[in-house]
Amino acid sequence: MHAFANPARFLRLARWLMPLLLVSGLVLSMGAVLYGLLVVPPDRLMGETVRILFIHVPAAWLGMAGWSTIAIASLVELVWRHPLAAIAARAAAVPGAAFTAICLATGSIWARPTWGTWWVWDGRLTSFLILLFLYFGYIALSGAAQRDMASGGGGNRITAIFGLVGAINIPIINRSVVWWNSLHQPPSITAGKSAIDGTFLWPLLIAAVGFSLIFGGVVLARMRTLLAEIQTEARLRRKALG
Amino acid sequence: MSETRTGGIKPKHQRLVLLVIALVALIGAGLLAAYALSNQASYFYVPNDLMKDPPEQGRAIRLGGMVEKGSLKTRADGITIDFLVGDGKASVPVRFTGITPDLFVEGSGVVAEGRMDGQTFVADNLLAKHDENYVPRQMGDMTEAQAKAVVAETK
Repeated sequence: MHAFANPARFLRLARWLMPLLLVSGLVLSMGAVLYGLLVVPPDRLMGETVRILFIHVPAAWLGMAGWSTIAIASLVELVWRHPLAAIAARAAAVPGAAFTAICLATGSIWARPTWGTWWVWDGRLTSFLILLFLYFGYIALSGAAQRDMASGGGGNRITAIFGLVGAINIPIINRSVVWWNSLHQPPSITAGKSAIDGTFLWPLLIAAVGFSLIFGGVVLARMRTLLAEIQTEARLRRKALG
Repeated sequence: MSETRTGGIKPKHQRLVLLVIALVALIGAGLLAAYALSNQASYFYVPNDLMKDPPEQGRAIRLGGMVEKGSLKTRADGITIDFLVGDGKASVPVRFTGITPDLFVEGSGVVAEGRMDGQTFVADNLLAKHDENYVPRQMGDMTEAQAKAVVAETK
């Protein structure tokens, strides 16, 4: 892991990996979403609205994966003080929040014809909305922390603690439909079993892989931007002092 | 970062141990809170809850379960319907006036918002509950096992 502690080495890797992830992710996810939109048959009960599944479900997984990334990177930052960990955590926040927002929006659009309402305050929906608010808080805090670090403070550590504490919401989201009666359906895919017919499942899994690759590409792009920002700031500071 | 030894433990390991303890405490607290919430955080009552512990008349509640097969009847006015909501153990008669969601059919999951009026649940609003099964239309009716899974899931 410490082989990548050198930002210059990381940047060399990210330079070719980032476009590779973005292009392959776009091809896979667009292919799967178009296939879901045009080819897949309508669902027995939901009819045509089932097609939103191919965006909603990968977005939900990545919304949660985004915070899991923040939590793991925060742990690495706090314990091993890895120089790239804080940057990786910060870089995952914006794409994570974007996927969370996509999940909430598509879910709401799906719910109107299926359930008969745009929104309910059941366990799953409420905990996922809280995830979005946690992302907003994290983005604001990490922005403040970067300015604080530049002036010699310990802001990154506070951000990392927030990232770890916020992770408690992830198992709650995951279990919310099992612990409590909810309008949202229980998990369809559990430990090797799927209640989703193969016709829907394969495009869904391909879409999930595609969206994950896009997520990885965006994280790398954000990390490069953040590293460049920090470098510029340090250079300006040196100039101002020198 | 100085690697001075404090009591034979590296600072790195000390931080790891402290963090693990803090995380275990945090997760424990979260799980306890979720466990304590288990009833309050439920979105609806199932018929069996209503039978065991009837809520006061007229209080706004939600009732969730399966629309029992063969129980759905439309009254003479054409927009008022009567049906039974069951969870496999108990069932409650429900009355509703208005437009039902597309997914509302006999044998499907439903969440009704309303109140108890005598032994009948008077619903102001019906929400259809979709189950976790995604099956293409061509495959036709549900198999017996799937129907059982649907009933088990609304409990």
